[in-house]
Amino acid sequence: MQPKMIPALALALCGIWVAGCATRPSDSETERAVAEMIKASFKTRGQATVARLNQDDAQALCSKHAGELPKDVSDGIEKAQQATIRYPSSGKLTGDWREGERIAQSGVGKQFTDAPTRPAGGSCYNCHQLSKQELSFGTIGPSLYQFGKQRGASEAIQKYTYGKIYNSQASTACSNMPRFGHNGVLTEEQITHLVALLLDHDSPVNK
Amino acid sequence: MRIDRVLAGVLAATLPCLSPAQQDTQKEIERYRQMLQESNPAELYEARGEELWKTRRGPRNASLERCDLGLGPGVVKGAYVRLPRYFADTGRVQDLESRLATCMVTLQGFTPEEARRKPFSGTGAPMITTDPFSGVGQRSVMTDLVAWIASESRGMTIAPSVSHPKERLAYQAGERLFYYRAGPYDFGCVTCHGEEGKRIRLQNLPKMTNAKDAQRAFGTWPGYRVSEGELRSMQWRMWECVRQMRFPELEFASDASIALITYLAKQAEGGTFDAPAIKR
Ligand code: HEC
Ligand code: HEC
Repeated sequence: MQPKMIPALALALCGIWVAGCATRPSDSETERAVAEMIKASFKTRGQATVARLNQDDAQALCSKHAGELPKDVSDGIEKAQQATIRYPSSGKLTGDWREGERIAQSGVGKQFTDAPTRPAGGSCYNCHQLSKQELSFGTIGPSLYQFGKQRGASEAIQKYTYGKIYNSQASTACSNMPRFGHNGVLTEEQITHLVALLLDHDSPVNK
Repeated sequence: MRIDRVLAGVLAATLPCLSPAQQDTQKEIERYRQMLQESNPAELYEARGEELWKTRRGPRNASLERCDLGLGPGVVKGAYVRLPRYFADTGRVQDLESRLATCMVTLQGFTPEEARRKPFSGTGAPMITTDPFSGVGQRSVMTDLVAWIASESRGMTIAPSVSHPKERLAYQAGERLFYYRAGPYDFGCVTCHGEEGKRIRLQNLPKMTNAKDAQRAFGTWPGYRVSEGELRSMQWRMWECVRQMRFPELEFASDASIALITYLAKQAEGGTFDAPAIKR
């Protein structure tokens, strides 16, 4: 073979190789395509603005590490999320379990089909079993039936429960449970009612 | 057909009042399926869709009979199970709906906006009354066409194409979007479709990374939804799940919607297509 043919051959082979390789787009190419889609494929409707698609640190990290979450990332998220929890200024962590049951049942809130002035519900039954009577419950989260009966209602448990609802990721990085308080879905008062639903002795959850 | 609609209405109205135990709901749906075995309400949509395919419409007064759905101009049989795919004339990966919109523009002379109008039907009582696409008495040409074209792939193997670089890119982007968590509830598709055997309330959630679940999910859309008394497409299913995620509105036939559908189709590869089906 003539030496000068080698570069030509190499070029041809390279062409084949590149074509083969091009069938598997690189990560950065995929990232660019996704960013483009996030920009071009959604439109603001009612309260659901396109700004909602901008990820915060936890959302970005949880999306990136959807497969397995490295320990240091997980620790970092929990520490940062823990710092966001605001306890009620009154110091009172539990409210009325009857109100709590209503909030737990309601799945409305934050969809573009929901009235923005209407307070959001907690959609807790979408993912959890709570009272024994309600048979229409989801299973994405663990059963919370008898939560208070099993754990008691000490100050520490109240704080944990309030904190879990306020920002689930403070104790479980990348939890599938929404960060209801941190993301402004539920008010502090609503959360205290839910704490009562879970911990109150008279609540149907603990019957 | 009239009787079916009445039955659908009755069932839709009574389902929420029934004993909420899941088995009961499931049994009710099974019973309803049995009743409808002879005449799936989707057949009405399919018949209209077939008619519409041959009807001269639009400024050019042309039918869609020369529309290329990927297997050559006019080939409908088996087209759905090979979609989404790359089309050289548009330079895009397209699913059935976006492709039909292209043909309505190129063959029939509609504007792109006209081709995308009322993509979702709404003849029954629409669940989402503020949706501009649906409303009592509103038919959707797109939905009718989709029903018929999908029915022409019934019994075939789901075999989307992911060999072209753009198809590969759509698949990979769809996968990323599946795991993309955002919004006030931190939801991504993976939140509800990432684990096996989970439910939201009583609704079973397919795990999309599990071939069997994905095959069942992909292979049963479009579907006649008993709860709405309406036939809905895969584009609608994406739009609806995205709404529930508290995201902004997913644009009909957008690249993100097609990427998600490409990802789902690939997950469902090898499954048997059995739609339009009857859904909850
Ligand atoms: C989208 C599903 C989802 C929704 C909605 C949801 N949760 Fe959760 N929840 C989970 C998951 C998953 C876990 C387990 C991971 C964790 O602890 O964060 C969990 C955990 C919990 C825990 C901790 C349980 C324990 O054993 O320590 C409590 C308490 C709780 N949820 C309460 C609620 C309340 C109250 C609501 C309604 C405001 C709610 N959840 C809504 C998914 C959900
Ligand atoms: C908050 C939970 C939730 C999220 C997040 C979610 N879905 Fe769903 N999805 C559901 C529920 C509930 C159903 C079943 C509805 C029913 O039974 O009528 C469903 C049904 C589906 C189906 C049809 C399954 C079948 O067998 O009929 C597909 C496909 C689907 N979702 C895809 C997606 C995609 C893609 C995303 C992300 C863009 C997504 N979903 C996000 C809750 C969710």
